Amino acid sequence: MSDRKISEMSFEEAMAELEAVVERLERGDVPLEESISLYERGAALKKRCEAKLKEAEEKVAAITLDAEGNPAGTREVTGF
Amino acid sequence: MSDLLEPAGPGANAHEFTVSELSGKIRRLIEGEFGHVRVRAEVGRVVLARSGHLYFDLKDDRAVLSAVSWKGQAARLAIRPEEGMEVIATGRMTAFAGQSKYQLVVEALELAGEGALMALLERRRKALAAEGLFAPERKKKLPWLPEVIGVVTSPSGAVIRDILHRLRDRFPRRVLIWPVAVQGKACAPEVARAIRGFNALAPGGAIPRPDLIIVARGGGSVEDLWGFNEEEVVRAAAESAVPLISAVGHETDTTLIDLAADMRAPTPTAAAELAVPVRTELLARVEEQGARLSRAMSREIGQRRQRLGDLSRALPRPATLLEGAAQRLDRAAERLGAALRATAQRKRLRLGELSAVLRSRAMHRRLAEARARLEERAARLQPALLSRDMARRGRELERQEARLSAAARLGLEQRRQKMEALARMLQGLGYTETLRRGYAVVRGDGRIVTGVEAARSARELEIEFADGRLPAGRAGGGGTGGAPSRRKGERGAGPDEGAQGRLF
Repeated sequence: MSDRKISEMSFEEAMAELEAVVERLERGDVPLEESISLYERGAALKKRCEAKLKEAEEKVAAITLDAEGNPAGTREVTGF
Repeated sequence: MSDLLEPAGPGANAHEFTVSELSGKIRRLIEGEFGHVRVRAEVGRVVLARSGHLYFDLKDDRAVLSAVSWKGQAARLAIRPEEGMEVIATGRMTAFAGQSKYQLVVEALELAGEGALMALLERRRKALAAEGLFAPERKKKLPWLPEVIGVVTSPSGAVIRDILHRLRDRFPRRVLIWPVAVQGKACAPEVARAIRGFNALAPGGAIPRPDLIIVARGGGSVEDLWGFNEEEVVRAAAESAVPLISAVGHETDTTLIDLAADMRAPTPTAAAELAVPVRTELLARVEEQGARLSRAMSREIGQRRQRLGDLSRALPRPATLLEGAAQRLDRAAERLGAALRATAQRKRLRLGELSAVLRSRAMHRRLAEARARLEERAARLQPALLSRDMARRGRELERQEARLSAAARLGLEQRRQKMEALARMLQGLGYTETLRRGYAVVRGDGRIVTGVEAARSARELEIEFADGRLPAGRAGGGGTGGAPSRRKGERGAGPDEGAQGRLF
């Protein structure tokens, strides 16, 4: 089991570990103590996944270029 | 001046030019007439001068036209002329009076005809492929869910709209648009610069570096899409550290950037689909995993509860657990004493065997030591010395023996002679000889009797004559002590006395 902080995980990492946790628990060969901590971790991972999905937000900007064609900043783009 | 006075010949009134005048006139004529021309030709020899000016020949099967593209223009040409290329050159004619030459100053150059373009494309593809720019092992995996997506395209038009719409439907993300020209001369350098520019951004900076780049353009002719075949664009795409999806033209159009990209999308919409998963699907997946998690957990607990019940029913009474053990203890206690004795016996036996071995070993060792000592001393013995001594003593012994036997023989002889002389003397002096002469020896109780008194006290008397001995009975019983002795005397005392007297 990864010791990484769940709060630092990307959606993909959290999802992959959630699936691994579910699979282990479903195999049913885990000692009770461990299965309880597995369940708790799984629940936390699920929460992380949901949070990452909910924070999905559209934000479109166009790069503005200076005279030499280097990026100088961004400009919000709306109306699509 | 005198020329003017010459008689007028045919055509003599025609204007007379200087070379410069004529050359200038021709130049004006050419530049005026051919100020803007398009020439279809095959490219001949191409020379890029150190100055940056590009000189090349344009030719067909019968004529050759010199062409030049000045430094600034040469860089802006849509294509770089290569020998054998079929091109359409656009520019103006100019004359070079100093050498009586004219040439085409090329302002634009394009490939003539689809076939020629395709041939060029194929040549370029092969060259870049040979460099490994399209190799499958260079392809990077697309991020599963990019946080920031960079889009290199025209900021207006259907393409960016399609991409943004599809992203919004699937998974709204942060999008950065890098505006570029998607056709024409500016296209290739701008697209290349945009790709490199996105890569140069710092992750999480003021303008965050994207996790994924989409290079997109709508459909168009081969010429329209040509910028995406340019080497600098292909190289920028191949070198991009950020995974890159190309979506240029329609599905049937393949440009070289498609080959260098990590993933090729047939359309801009498809690019958006490759870029992000569908959020609602993910939500459903998360939900499903959550449900499975809960189910698995309650099953875990249920199974254990069930098993606990089963096991507790199967637990035996504590007494039955003890019975067997108690019985075993009893049996073992019984066997303990006997086992101890047997063991002691066995050990004692073994001790006997071992000590026997030990003794004989000790003996052997001492024997060996004694033998060794003996051998050592025997070695020190010197028999030669001993035998020399023995020989000496043997010789001495023999000498002494010889002396002894000689002496013995001599002594013996002397003694024998002396003895013989004595024997002869004895013969002469012996009383037996006297007896022959008539004397007799009287013995009383075995002893020589020399007087009457002795004869009277003897219990028994014996007379020895020369020819034997005669017992004479007791002298005391006769009463006449004098008579027997006289008788004796008469018969034998005289010679007897005389013999004895001579003897003593």
